[in-house]
Amino acid sequence: MINITDLHKSYHIGKNSLHVLKGINLNVNEGELVAIMGSSGSGKSTLLNIIGMLDVADEGTYTLDDNLIKDMDETKAAQYRNKFLGFIFQSFNLINYKTALENIALPLYYKGLKRMERQEIAMEYLSGVGLANWASHLPSELSGGQKQRVAIARAMVTQPKVLLADELTGALDSKTSTEVMNLIQKINNEGKTILVVTHEEDISMMCKRIVRLKDGVIVEDKLINQIKATTHV
Amino acid sequence: MFNKDSWREIFDTIRKNKLRTFLSGFTVALGIFIFIILFGFGNGLSNTFQKFFNDDKSNTMFIFPGVTDKPFKGYESGRRIEFDNSDLTDIQQHFDYYLESITPRISDRATVKFMGEANSYRIRAVSPAHQYNEMTIMMKGRYLNEDDIKNKCQYAVIGRLVEQDIFKNIDPIGQYLHAGGHSWKVIGIFQDDGGDNEERMIYVPYTTYQKLQSRNDKIDQIILNYNVEIGYEGAMEFEKNLKKFLKNKKAIDPRDSGGIYIRNLADDMKETQQFASVLQLIISLIGIGTLIAGIIGISNIMVFVVKERTKELGIRKAIGATPKSIILMILQEAIFITTLSGYIGLIAGIATLSLIGDTLEKNYFITNPYIEFSTAIMATFILIVFGALAGYIPARRAARIKPIIALRDE
Repeated sequence: MINITDLHKSYHIGKNSLHVLKGINLNVNEGELVAIMGSSGSGKSTLLNIIGMLDVADEGTYTLDDNLIKDMDETKAAQYRNKFLGFIFQSFNLINYKTALENIALPLYYKGLKRMERQEIAMEYLSGVGLANWASHLPSELSGGQKQRVAIARAMVTQPKVLLADELTGALDSKTSTEVMNLIQKINNEGKTILVVTHEEDISMMCKRIVRLKDGVIVEDKLINQIKATTHV
Repeated sequence: MFNKDSWREIFDTIRKNKLRTFLSGFTVALGIFIFIILFGFGNGLSNTFQKFFNDDKSNTMFIFPGVTDKPFKGYESGRRIEFDNSDLTDIQQHFDYYLESITPRISDRATVKFMGEANSYRIRAVSPAHQYNEMTIMMKGRYLNEDDIKNKCQYAVIGRLVEQDIFKNIDPIGQYLHAGGHSWKVIGIFQDDGGDNEERMIYVPYTTYQKLQSRNDKIDQIILNYNVEIGYEGAMEFEKNLKKFLKNKKAIDPRDSGGIYIRNLADDMKETQQFASVLQLIISLIGIGTLIAGIIGISNIMVFVVKERTKELGIRKAIGATPKSIILMILQEAIFITTLSGYIGLIAGIATLSLIGDTLEKNYFITNPYIEFSTAIMATFILIVFGALAGYIPARRAARIKPIIALRDE
């Protein structure tokens, strides 16, 4: 599903240059639930943004569902994002003047679906995350966990190939974090490929594979079963 | 993207961001409203000016006899020149090409009496053409006609204030008033924009007056209107030739500055028009200034609105909005708001002008303030175009921002 080879990314701040990703190689297969771990500044969010086509790499190749993502103009990138990717952000990134239902329906608007169809599908996904009764509520009227569930429903509504979650539990308490991760696991069990960026060990342990970054380099890439086996030994 | 669904998305955004919509719309509506009011007031001032300075027809010449300064052809200097009826016919014959109308005027003052009421009024003995060059407006009855002149009828056309002063509640038409020892049948009542003095006046046929006053065929002055097509230069040339002709007829030295005096309103009119042009220029500058202020106002607000929405645009891009759809969304919103509020400002401005229009003349010298509908529409259209442009430029910039940068915006 995702093939990344020798990916480099630098940020230029004034005369200084910060080399954030230093030759990343990563393959993610369909149906995987991958945690990208690392401390602050390790480059994990940058990697996720490049995979999500929110940012571009300086060097290296990246293919998504056999499509080479290179030199893509913003219009095509937007169409790819709408078709292949769903985003879940730490700060939810819901549009504050739109209701929960309208937020979920918005990606379908950009997909070109009619209003009635959009609302029906959005309602279906809102029910799927257990918030059917909150359809007409604004984000400001929802709890953190509810907001994140709306964000998950919005990410899912276009039936993307890959879900990308950046610190999705970062703003939630531990109980809500577990609930949200359980939802993520459920979605993954239905066959969705999911990448979760996190710095929390317990969140990463709820995934199936952990990719650990340090200073822009992958220092560990193991299945959770292998890690658990090593820990038990 | 210009479909029903995209409009619904825009109306949704507008409905849920009332303050932002109100501020954008208010700036445009206020800009158009002020433009219309200022422009209307400017035109009203111009109207007052025209009215004040153009009591008489602008293509008029007043010809007065005077006293000669130089001896000529056996006549001594200090000779008083007089006009008579033959001068009228001679001018008509010699200058037919230039002439539009000609009238004599004999001025007098008399005590006018009616049923115990009496007052002193000015009397003008004239021909029917006088109505044209004085721009006399008939309120009731009729003005003098050629038959009245030919038949030397004892008819009088009285001013509005004469009626008010001495006729009180009686309808003057058909009544007889006494003036200068003779009875005159009132055949008409007039008004004149020249002020109260012009409306405390009585017009009578000059032939009748000459007969009754034993003045033979003498007249005090000649008033003529020339064909406007001859223009300013033609009017000056006509004046020169006319003076030359009259001096020759009356045996006055061509170099004599006295004897004949001509007041040509073309000269006054030229100055009046220059002043009116300057006034119009000032009005236009004020109008353009107001429009520019409106354009700057809406531009500022649109820049602020797009900046405020940067994060939202980032979210929209992350979930599939193309740069084109972002630009169209902002542009449609901007055009809709500026068009609607521009229209509101236009209607409010025109309605205000017509509501207060008649109340400003007395205290503020603004007469019948108005704006040509085409000017108002053009100003609204300009503001809509610039409102759209003001939305387009920051929208294009926002559409170009990387989604990740837009998402980080707080």
